[in-house]
Amino acid sequence: MIARSEPSEEHQSKAGSVLQRSQRPRVWEWTGNYTQSMAQDLRLGLQYWPLWGRIGWQDVMLRYRRSLLGPFWLTISMGVMVFSLGFIYGDLFSMDVPRYLPFLTAGFLIWGFITATLNEGCQVFIESEGIIRQSDLPLSLFPLRATWRNLIILFHNALIYGIVVLWFPVPLNGSFWLLIPGLLVLTLNALWWITLLGMLSARFRDLPQIVASVLQVAFFVTPIIWMPESARHRPLIVDLNPFYHLIEILRAPMLGQMPSGLNWAVALAITGLGGGITLLFYRRFHCRIAYWV
Amino acid sequence: MEGASIVLKDVWIEYVIYGLANRSLKKTLFRFLSRGRMAQDVAEERTRVLALKGIDLEIRDGERLGIVGSNGSGKTTLLRTIAGVLKPVRGQIRRVGYTASLFDVTLGMNPEASGWDNILLRGLYLGLSPEQARALSPEIAAFSGLTPEQLSRPVRTYSSGMQVKLAFSISTAVRPDILLLDEWLGAGDAAFLEKAQQRMLELVQRSRILVFASHYDWLLSSICNRAICLDQGQIVADGPVAETLDFYHRHFQ
Repeated sequence: MIARSEPSEEHQSKAGSVLQRSQRPRVWEWTGNYTQSMAQDLRLGLQYWPLWGRIGWQDVMLRYRRSLLGPFWLTISMGVMVFSLGFIYGDLFSMDVPRYLPFLTAGFLIWGFITATLNEGCQVFIESEGIIRQSDLPLSLFPLRATWRNLIILFHNALIYGIVVLWFPVPLNGSFWLLIPGLLVLTLNALWWITLLGMLSARFRDLPQIVASVLQVAFFVTPIIWMPESARHRPLIVDLNPFYHLIEILRAPMLGQMPSGLNWAVALAITGLGGGITLLFYRRFHCRIAYWV
Repeated sequence: MEGASIVLKDVWIEYVIYGLANRSLKKTLFRFLSRGRMAQDVAEERTRVLALKGIDLEIRDGERLGIVGSNGSGKTTLLRTIAGVLKPVRGQIRRVGYTASLFDVTLGMNPEASGWDNILLRGLYLGLSPEQARALSPEIAAFSGLTPEQLSRPVRTYSSGMQVKLAFSISTAVRPDILLLDEWLGAGDAAFLEKAQQRMLELVQRSRILVFASHYDWLLSSICNRAICLDQGQIVADGPVAETLDFYHRHFQ
């Protein structure tokens, strides 16, 4: 029998001075109340910001650790893409390159963020399977980490926009401040859709492929490489596309234009609707994720 | 302050095992739209397994509870339920006390990151603040026996023995009130193994509640002061370790 003894002196001198208490709540209760459980999951998830903040950075850095330029590799590849497309397509479709290139760059930047979040969002719980099945960490941690990681990449890529704008100046004005609420809306959407797609993909394993194909089509039907004016005679093609409005609330200010009221209305509607659906699903199914992955 | 305790009331855990067709959104939608006439394999491939059936269990401050039972009797499921990983379909749980589970010592380790980074990261995973995690780093590094030079290298360059030493040192650096243990942990070469055993024992002695699943009678009888026996998701014996072990051997072996 081992008696409950005083810890050895060696141990005390090494670690005794450090407060080794976890910051998790001391009392944990499960009563079958999903709402309560979800609220706790979300609150704890936010409290864990030092963790997802750090692994988000680490995700970006480690992906490119062995390359000289680090995360700027992504920026360069996007730069090459934007410049070659900008000059070739601009010429092919006899567009005004100084006007087309900033448009293309801004569109690509935002679209890159949207596709990356949605595609990676599908994997968000599956890829952390090991942790989810072994520990009681809040699950909201994983969408937060993926969103943060993609924001970091977005800000790296924004460098291209800076270069393009220096080269082909756009008439920036007060509308530029609208980028702040625009970015907030985009981030919230990323968070919702990552959570929802991540949850559904954990349950239905063919969803990631479906999402990838849908996004591929969406890229071509959304005005990113072509300008919305080209569809002047058929405005519904553009106006019915939710991606267009989400892109436009950021792209317009980046080009010195004002997003339309419709752009903002649709973007806010998507945000509200997405948030609502995600919360309903998350409330009902967050407890099943550990079983699904 | 309220002492440490774990109370489970009528806890049921159900696993749903999905077949391939059931994992497909396309097939599931297809079946739904055709009102079940097509893609019928979707419904057939779903099996429900009740892993815990109405567990009532109260563990009080100072108890070191052993869990015995054959494979598939629900030992690991019970531990994970107490840990809060698996949420029951029915029943209530109340757990008082900071809890640490040592199910997988390499949990959350990133092979591309350095040893130091991993120490910090794992500290954060365990719920420590960055300052706390940083303050613990020297002690963890010293215990692992790895040199500062080695700890600066990515973990993927370590030998498997070194990786386990580091993982073990990090995982056992916390001081929980409640310790959940799925089999005893040992790691490394002979010298480290002895140190590791000492550290495990200290961890157990300092915790106020231990829940420990094991197949080794001698470990259970030397460490625990109470034991339960599980069979097909139900508690079939509860009492002093020697009696429960005796019951287990009479009925299941």
